[in-house]
Amino acid sequence: MNKALIVFLFFGLTCALFIGRLFDLQILDDKYTLYANENVIRKERIYAPRGHIYDRNGKLLVSNIPAYDLMVTPAKTAAFDTVFLARLSSVAPSDLRFQLKKARRYSSYRPSAVIRQISARSFGSLQEHLHRFPGFYMQKRAQRSYAHAGAAHALGYIGEVTEGFARKNVRYRMGDLHGVSGIEKAYEEQLRGRSGARYIMVDVHNREQNTFAEGAYDTLAAPGMDIRSTLDIDLQLLGEELMTNKRGSIVAIEPNSGEILALISSPTFDPARMVGRKRSAEYTRLLQDSLNKPLFDRAVLAEYPPGSPFKLINALIGLQEQVIRPSSSFSCRNGFHAKGLHVACHCGTDRPVALRLSISKSCNNYYCQVFKKIVDKYPSAQEGLDVWSTHVRSFGLGDFLNNDLPTGRRGFVPNADYYDQALGYTGWGATTTISLGIGQGELVLTPIQMANMSAAIANRGHYFTPHIVKLIGNEANEKFLEKKPTSIDPKHFDEVIEGMYEVFETGTARAARHDSIAMCGKTGTAQNPHGQDHSIFIAFAPKEDPKIALSIIVENGYWGSRWAAPIASLMMEHYLTGEIGRTALKERMIQGDLRAEYGLLATEENQQ
Amino acid sequence: MREGQGLFWKLDGISIGLFLLLVFLGWMNIHSAAYQPENEKFWSMDSEYGKQLLWIGSSMFILLFILLLDGRVYERIAYPVYALSLLALAGVLIFGSTISGARSWYTFGGFSLQPSEFVKCSTALALAKLFSKESSKDGMGARSRWLAFALIALPILLILPQPDLGSALVFLAFLFVLYREGMSITVLLGPIGIGILFVLTLLLNKVWVILGMVVLALGMAYSSRRRPRFWLRPLLMAIMGLGVVLSVDYAFNEVLEDRHRNRIDILLGKAEDPKGIGYNTQQSLIAIGSGGLSGKGFLQGTQTRYDFVPEQTTDFIFCTVGEEWGFLGSSLVVLLFTALLFRLIFLAERQKSRFSRAYGYGVAAILFLHFAVNIAMTVGLAPVIGIPLPFFSYGGSSLWGFTLLLFIFLRLDAYRVLIL
Repeated sequence: MNKALIVFLFFGLTCALFIGRLFDLQILDDKYTLYANENVIRKERIYAPRGHIYDRNGKLLVSNIPAYDLMVTPAKTAAFDTVFLARLSSVAPSDLRFQLKKARRYSSYRPSAVIRQISARSFGSLQEHLHRFPGFYMQKRAQRSYAHAGAAHALGYIGEVTEGFARKNVRYRMGDLHGVSGIEKAYEEQLRGRSGARYIMVDVHNREQNTFAEGAYDTLAAPGMDIRSTLDIDLQLLGEELMTNKRGSIVAIEPNSGEILALISSPTFDPARMVGRKRSAEYTRLLQDSLNKPLFDRAVLAEYPPGSPFKLINALIGLQEQVIRPSSSFSCRNGFHAKGLHVACHCGTDRPVALRLSISKSCNNYYCQVFKKIVDKYPSAQEGLDVWSTHVRSFGLGDFLNNDLPTGRRGFVPNADYYDQALGYTGWGATTTISLGIGQGELVLTPIQMANMSAAIANRGHYFTPHIVKLIGNEANEKFLEKKPTSIDPKHFDEVIEGMYEVFETGTARAARHDSIAMCGKTGTAQNPHGQDHSIFIAFAPKEDPKIALSIIVENGYWGSRWAAPIASLMMEHYLTGEIGRTALKERMIQGDLRAEYGLLATEENQQ
Repeated sequence: MREGQGLFWKLDGISIGLFLLLVFLGWMNIHSAAYQPENEKFWSMDSEYGKQLLWIGSSMFILLFILLLDGRVYERIAYPVYALSLLALAGVLIFGSTISGARSWYTFGGFSLQPSEFVKCSTALALAKLFSKESSKDGMGARSRWLAFALIALPILLILPQPDLGSALVFLAFLFVLYREGMSITVLLGPIGIGILFVLTLLLNKVWVILGMVVLALGMAYSSRRRPRFWLRPLLMAIMGLGVVLSVDYAFNEVLEDRHRNRIDILLGKAEDPKGIGYNTQQSLIAIGSGGLSGKGFLQGTQTRYDFVPEQTTDFIFCTVGEEWGFLGSSLVVLLFTALLFRLIFLAERQKSRFSRAYGYGVAAILFLHFAVNIAMTVGLAPVIGIPLPFFSYGGSSLWGFTLLLFIFLRLDAYRVLIL
């Protein structure tokens, strides 16, 4: 019996050992429950559909179509056939390897996208074989879809977040999409929505088996908000068409609200090409087009000397500073002459020129005189110029507009300090800076600033910050309701506006006159150091209660009356009447081709 | 047939009850491990739980056949059966088919048999027969000693080349029989000691192990405080130990295969590789550990059902128990096994014939080794050695083998009253 006892003891101890071990594993140690969940539970993000973008009349501009991303969690992968996977998803094996390396570098345990924007067609075959590739899964995403091949710059596009961005912003992961430019960037917060999560159980082959806890922990995605932009897509498309084969910009604003009706930069591109897997190739192609610079948003980023339209501002400052009255006249003897300085003039009059005529004929001498009087009114030229500069800036010029566009430029409105430093002495006078009188010299403005200037004149002395979004969801965009007064008394505007009316009636833009619409405008032919003069025009209409104000720049288009004025006239006609009666003029503008001019420019640049 | 009339009354009800309970629980867990939720059919005859039901049914026939057979026949046929089973083992090396790397199977049409499962039974019978010839009640002669070792060694030598280390290892269980039938405890402690030395040598510096052994031997010699001839045993032990330590490298590197080495390294914590070789053990621990106190419930185990646990219906069936029935369920299974083992030893001790007693110990020892190695493997206390959990694991050969083994003993036990 002694031996039997030993055997009993042996068996009993083994039993006790096992029960002890089970107690340790199942009761004391929690980590296995965690590991088990890690094994079977996969958190899947449900991407919030990005908000749609509409135009001011509710026409759909940007929406979503489905696409898929192939995701990988590097720690969960086993050895697999890279070449086969690459073939299934129709990418080059080297690209796939590179993306896998990038994913590993980003994180072994967090999923990142290796192949993006897979079409519904390749999705099928890939999904079928996916069980052979543990650690990989398909993530439903969306692609942007554009209803019109226009407004590319204004709408902007979306792109993947970079590695660095994802590291800094916890709400984004590698491969996530976010707005890179335009409205997409400015209203990223509202458009993106909030992604939800779904917890599903998977088997060892990573095949979906069931929901976890019957979806108790799942959260719904909150879709992004729809945005109604201020753009009028028909006007926008017309503007882009009119700018065919011409470089430059059109900006149209509704004066009594500051809403941007059209924001055109030419040459442009089809936004639909900046979508999906061909995006980066397309982007590179556009980026490398150094002659046309299609990615460069001229409407808000290009700075031009405003030229003659700026004379309107000088006229208003002169009236405000009481150095001229509407009846004040200056005789133009082929320009302005002072101490070895000569500013030529083409107004072609030999009688004294008063305010209205100075606008309609764009007399250089008149404005050199006015500018000199403004500056000379004060004890020193410094003081005089600073007063002038302050008036100019009150039109929203020379500084950022601080609006809802993600980019912009200040432009440049010089003050006394600038000349003190630039010239290196303080003894300069009005004549030194006389070209400011005709909108040339150091002065530069962006097209949107010029359009805003036009709107401020149309409003007789105030403006609203130009902005691109009208409604966010159903809420009005209330950030830009503040009326911004200029430093010019409203009573001075009527005379200037009469002059602008005469520009169309009898002046430089009479060829662009419309029979039934009272249009006001000012031509410009801005000298530029790179070649032929820029054709510039600012305008608004109708004269009483203006509905649209705009600025137009056609680079190297020579006279303002040649391209800019007719295009402005057509834009206003279309916006105010809904159609264009002057089809011949429209055709002529569309056919207008300045590529030769730019080709010449290009060779000149190459020679330098 | 006087004794036949009361046969069923004399059968040990406790053992049969435990047997039936274990078979039933085993089948339930096979069902759970093999259940495919997407098939939506709760029942399918093609599935493993369906087939296992056939195996269970057929083992009932075996069981009845054994019970109807005269108990005395086993003692008579022990040697011929042993010889035949060895022939079958030799034959499988030539004619057998290879399943997962080992040539251990005879395939007939759709189903396969593993002769090594039946050799366990025949070896137990042969050993019992050997000891039944001894004149004394407990002792054994020198000739019997060597013959006994030979009876155990022969099947091991035939199984190792298959190769099937796990099944070969099981035959060491018969050392319990040798111990009970007259050998000293050294026959049990020796292999255990060698095992401990093996592990220590792999874990520690050899010099320290040898030094420790020398100190231990000196200590034993000193504490005996007897005449020098009693120092012989510690000295012999030290020399044998030295031999083991010095041969560990050779055994580890030359005798064992890569997979064995890896498994041992992982168990000892010398290598970590949760995705590779250690994956099985890791997943097994996760499945069992995630069961908690009362488990996830029948058919609710995620780790086994979603195939994270390998060999989930056979060698790792205990994972399903641990995951779905928790600490309570898995402890119950351990207790049921221990109860059966205790009962078998109790029955063996009450046998009047030495044949029955030795055979009873053989049965208990075989079941114990399977149980101990299998559970130790699934709970991460032993390296992965592929042997089934008796009555639980899916598979016809092992269920038939264990049924045969157990019920021959229960038949012998029922017959014992007729022996004076």
